[in-house]
Amino acid sequence: MIYLDHNATSPIAPEVRAAMLPALESLFGNPSSIHEAGRLAQNALDEARRQVAALVNVHARQVIFTGGGTEANNLALKGVAQREGKGRILVSSIEHSSIKGPARDLAAAGFTVEEIPVNPKGRILPGAVKARLGADVILVSVMLANNETGVLQDVAEISRYVREAGAVMHTDAAQAAGRIPLDFRATGAQLMTLSAHKMYGPKGVGALITDGSVDLVPQISGGGQEADRRAGTENLAGILGFGAAAALANANQPQRAGHVCALRDRLEESLVIRPGITIFGREAERLPNTCQFAIAGMDGETVQMGLDRQGIAVSTGSACHSKSTEPSHVLLAMGVEPSIAHGAVRVSFGASNTQADVDALLAALDGLSRTLPTGAVGW
Amino acid sequence: MKAGNNNFRLVYMDYAATTPVDPRVVETMVAYLGPDGLFANPSSSHVQGRAAREAVETARVEIATVLNVAPETIVFTSGATEADNLAIKGAARARIKHGRHIVTEKTAHKAVLDACKALEREGFEVTYLVPDREGIISPDSLADALRDDTVLVSLLHANNETGVVQDVESLAREVRKSKALFHLDAAQSAVKLPLDLAVLDVDLAAFSAHKFYGPKGAGALYVRKGLRLEPLLHGGGHERGLRAGTLATHQLAGLGRAFALAAADRNEEMARLTGLRERLWQGLSAAGGVFLNGHPARRLANILNVSVGGVDGEALQLALRDIACSAGAACNAANREPSYVLRALGRDDQLAGASLRFSLGRWSTAEDVDYVMQRFGREVARLRELAGAA
Repeated sequence: MIYLDHNATSPIAPEVRAAMLPALESLFGNPSSIHEAGRLAQNALDEARRQVAALVNVHARQVIFTGGGTEANNLALKGVAQREGKGRILVSSIEHSSIKGPARDLAAAGFTVEEIPVNPKGRILPGAVKARLGADVILVSVMLANNETGVLQDVAEISRYVREAGAVMHTDAAQAAGRIPLDFRATGAQLMTLSAHKMYGPKGVGALITDGSVDLVPQISGGGQEADRRAGTENLAGILGFGAAAALANANQPQRAGHVCALRDRLEESLVIRPGITIFGREAERLPNTCQFAIAGMDGETVQMGLDRQGIAVSTGSACHSKSTEPSHVLLAMGVEPSIAHGAVRVSFGASNTQADVDALLAALDGLSRTLPTGAVGW
Repeated sequence: MKAGNNNFRLVYMDYAATTPVDPRVVETMVAYLGPDGLFANPSSSHVQGRAAREAVETARVEIATVLNVAPETIVFTSGATEADNLAIKGAARARIKHGRHIVTEKTAHKAVLDACKALEREGFEVTYLVPDREGIISPDSLADALRDDTVLVSLLHANNETGVVQDVESLAREVRKSKALFHLDAAQSAVKLPLDLAVLDVDLAAFSAHKFYGPKGAGALYVRKGLRLEPLLHGGGHERGLRAGTLATHQLAGLGRAFALAAADRNEEMARLTGLRERLWQGLSAAGGVFLNGHPARRLANILNVSVGGVDGEALQLALRDIACSAGAACNAANREPSYVLRALGRDDQLAGASLRFSLGRWSTAEDVDYVMQRFGREVARLRELAGAA
């Protein structure tokens, strides 16, 4: 099997698994219990919190553990909006469904939600945010790296405008963390979402990083865990795995980025010499591991299924929308023609991929393109 | 279970706070944690994603089978706290047009009480039923509290501090006479008591894996077919739109396996634990001035909650620090207030403060029980002597 879908989820690193096993085998106490079994669990939890904090250069108390990136995004948006009660919320037009979902919910609850457009390169122009700001804007959410195209946003500059306007800035860094250097303070955001399973950690755990200035309404109440911002007995194994994944990412990020970037560039250099290829967001700064492209005349789902039959796992876009046959909202927002957007295929590399994987992918794509009906614009 | 490296013996009697994970459950989980394992995103459409999805659906079937309901009525969550929040906030917010009144109990778990408090801030009115001195909620008191605008009733199946089991069949019948939905917090009772949701008339029921030898951070909410809830977590449309977020395959596979395994040896295990609990009660009560909290018969097999006269609660806990038990719910451990559950049962500050919850489980032995009653007897006598001398 050749797995090229690391933006959907990544395999668990052996070091991460090793960090999780004690919580499943011996370290079983409830971290809230005051006896020794509880204290041992609490100590391990504290250490994992420091590891996650170190990845984004913050203090451990700035980390709120959640049940994943989706929950962290919900806590950020609804947690801020419900505290404010009313106002305008700006989100980019290319956000993940875990931002679009709560934004839609808040719109139904009476908030005014406006989308910030992107340019054809997939970039949000900071000026476009600035133009929409006003005294009634309570919250702005712009993702650091897009999950489909990998395009990075200038969150630092956007944050400056947002803070000047007195609103709260949130950024979803689920795809960025571990893949590019990430310093919370440098983003200028007050809230930032992380997810463990995009960086060789376990599914079911994430975090909302906070600068401490934002009072959030908890979405899950009861029990007082996470300083009253997120209740529930802590997912100890998951959090220890997240800590180990963060420590690995912190130590290896440049090497990992170099490795996947070389693979991605090799793929793209071969793709561009073929006819009818569109690579989305290639003119913008992107995540080093992501390449989203379309082959003229070929439906993305057909390509994905064809590759799947040959043991190559890619996606057409977000895994969370894999059942949807609508063209990607991200590409449509970039002004891509729906007929081309329908062809979107996303390849996202990870640490265990090799040049041979790239070559196998190219050979498989060549094979699929030969099945195109006569007259179609193939390669 | 023994643990730790100190020279005195450590006994774990806090299974109501959390349990070790069953080694068979660990084995199931680890299969999804390997680099060559089934690590894909269950929402991905490739073959790896479909394999992960199958594992999640197998877990759903395992739980549904034990509860005797259709698999699609099971919604996965990060635990019982989230399941309680989804049930209570989700049902109340979805039915706001029918009314803004909720009924729960003073002795509910924090997850339920705090979810209700959040709803009070949104304009809901909450009635808190008071149990009798043995912890029982009478169907009559429920009937009295129900109103035309009551949209939801949320009660505990078994109390997490005292282990008292409610007569849920009678309570459900009362709820049915109204238009309200019935949510059952079954986190503590799950798998310990038989629960056939094809028979018991509830609309929502919350479960947590780590109370029955599954992993922490995994739970489920039973949602009666056709029932609409306002989701807590919005996003990619997972779990029939009721709960967004990437499904944690290993956690859910562990939850399903733990549910099935614990249900399989329920009868034998509960008989064994009842025997141990009775032996413990006999031993503890021998110290004199020791009072059982909660109904003597209508209780879970594994929980024994006692109040001790003539001693300071904190001093007693400190003296028995070789025994991992709790003064109440683990979730309230940081807060030194006397248990609100015991206060609701009419215990005074001294007796509510000097209370211990011993909760037994799979690795509890007669030897553990004997050790605990011996240590308890000695320390209670010593503390009473000190108190008398002072």
